Amino acid sequence: MSCLTDKFDRLRATYPPEMNSSLVLPLLHLMLREKGHLTESDAIFIADYLGVPAMQVKEALTWYTMLHRKPVGKHVIKVCRNIACSLMGAERIIDYLKQKLGIEAGETTPDGRFTLLLVECLASCGTAPAMQVSDTYHENLDEARIDHILKELS
Amino acid sequence: MTEPRVFFNFGITDDSHTLSAYRGRGGYQALEKALRTMQPLDVEKEVTTSGLRGRGGAGFPTGSKWSFVDKKSPVVYLCCNADEGEPGTFKDRWIFEHNSHQLVEGVLLAAYALNVRHAFIYIRGEFDLSYRRLLLALEEAREAGLVGERILGTEFSCDIIVHQGGGAYVCGEESSLLTSLEGFKGYPKNKPPFPAVKGLYQAPTVINNVETLATIPWIITHGGGAYAGIGAQNNTGTKLFGISGHVNKPGIHERPTGYPLKKIIFEDCGGILGGKALKAVIPGGSSTPVLKGFEIENVTLDAESVIKAGSMLGSGGIIVIAEGTCMVRLLQVLTRFYAHESCGQCTPCREGTAWMDKVIGRIVAGQGVKGDLERLEAVTSGIMGNTVCALGDAASMPVASFIKKFRDEFEYYIEHGRSMFDGRLEI
Ligand SMILES: Cc1cc2nc3c(=O)[nH]c(=O)nc-3n(C[C@H](O)[C@H](O)[C@H](O)COP(=O)(O)O)c2cc1C
Ligand code: SF4
Ligand code: FES
Repeated sequence: MSCLTDKFDRLRATYPPEMNSSLVLPLLHLMLREKGHLTESDAIFIADYLGVPAMQVKEALTWYTMLHRKPVGKHVIKVCRNIACSLMGAERIIDYLKQKLGIEAGETTPDGRFTLLLVECLASCGTAPAMQVSDTYHENLDEARIDHILKELS
Repeated sequence: MTEPRVFFNFGITDDSHTLSAYRGRGGYQALEKALRTMQPLDVEKEVTTSGLRGRGGAGFPTGSKWSFVDKKSPVVYLCCNADEGEPGTFKDRWIFEHNSHQLVEGVLLAAYALNVRHAFIYIRGEFDLSYRRLLLALEEAREAGLVGERILGTEFSCDIIVHQGGGAYVCGEESSLLTSLEGFKGYPKNKPPFPAVKGLYQAPTVINNVETLATIPWIITHGGGAYAGIGAQNNTGTKLFGISGHVNKPGIHERPTGYPLKKIIFEDCGGILGGKALKAVIPGGSSTPVLKGFEIENVTLDAESVIKAGSMLGSGGIIVIAEGTCMVRLLQVLTRFYAHESCGQCTPCREGTAWMDKVIGRIVAGQGVKGDLERLEAVTSGIMGNTVCALGDAASMPVASFIKKFRDEFEYYIEHGRSMFDGRLEI
């Protein structure tokens, strides 16, 4: 874990020392990027590192929806299901993805390549429907575009 | 006369977001001017004179908010609210992607006015290009001596820390944002005390939206009086409007406040998809009450006019709905959202949002019963004004207004067990 704590140290140095507790979420994010998903022992590790109550970090871990607590696929697809996207065909897009990947929302393909998640407004309402694949935005979606995007992924 | 532009004043190219491009169009001259020729209080006075009102949704006068802060306090914090999560809102993302430096300069000017040493930008965790563009701008600014110790060789020092959110809509609410920034799950807090008195780590704290702060450089360059001369009298300036939904050309437009809502939809955005009639407009993000098509006839885009019409200017996210859309199923999209995003801290909001979603879900499934609409109305009035934060109101207003404005459609759905419009959302 020494390489990880080096990264922790570097991040910690960017916050004023009196704001130690503020590092909970940034460290959870950092660890998520390293590990793909987080467990209770990761929360305890961060709590020990910061010297804050383990309960605080555990609660944060379960409360913030971006922090995956189950293993996810290599590519995490987040499709917006909110109002502007719905008006532009989000339901059709979601059905198409489910059918193409052969999974329901919240599931991961058996080969571990794709996880499909439904999310709320991604602030792409003017270029709806929208989704993210491993953080990258894809907008103005239609079936052909989805075919193309998925084909490009390794 | 060409209309003044605070944001859309340059052509977008591959490198128009860089420091050299921003400087080429006069960037950071407001900061030079303020640090070399103005006292912190002068900056605040210009902002007060400008009449600028917050662009995050509540429309609170910015100068007035700043005036509540005790600048002599040993620590004052500034938090830029970049959590942009109100459905229908996508303007702050435009600022990050195309002109992060304008925001950085605005944060520095506000920090100077408020005696802030550490400023935070709380940015939505999902943002990708926006986040990278912001980090790039900060790196460039640091290297150029515009952020950090002794900025531009003066006594003024300020660091800007970018803090990523965790995917919770409620964290855009200011007290929740602060709890989250302190490293906890983002529970909102009762007010008072207001953040300007007791905010981040108990210190006086100002929270301003991205667009609000990014407007400050223009005000300092041209003067508060010049800004006050633009747009509507009690809601001055220009504003970014994001138009989405059933229009031919959705997108962001910068317009002076007081601009006709109809004009932005039918001229700037090319009218309704497929030449359909306009059924409804949600004028300021998903939380603001829906208006029927005919009700927007004389509405102009300023707080007073939209309130008079029965809604709110909110965040400037205008959602356009064409004739033929099923309002019952559209409301379900929203009740599901608010039920999902309620933090669960107060009973009326936790139980109420779940209950509303359940009843709407039942109606959509064809199992609505007589009395459901009255039940929903009772739930909304039980929530409104009885919660810790405004998410409860935000969740209730769409329900109350959809039922009020489209009651016949809800009644039809309950009576026949199916939609009057085949459940259509996409046109
Ligand atoms: C549930 C909820 C979500 C909010 N989300 C945001 C947001 O994403 N961005 C924002 O600037 N303001 C948001 N606000 C408003 C903030 O609480 C606050 O009023 C605003 O950031 C103040 O900045 P301003 O005065 O510059 O507008 C939200 C409010 C509520 C109740
Ligand atoms: S109103 Fe809702 S979101 Fe706000 S504090 Fe109460 S339960 Fe949480
Ligand atoms: S509603 Fe889908 S991005 Fe805003």
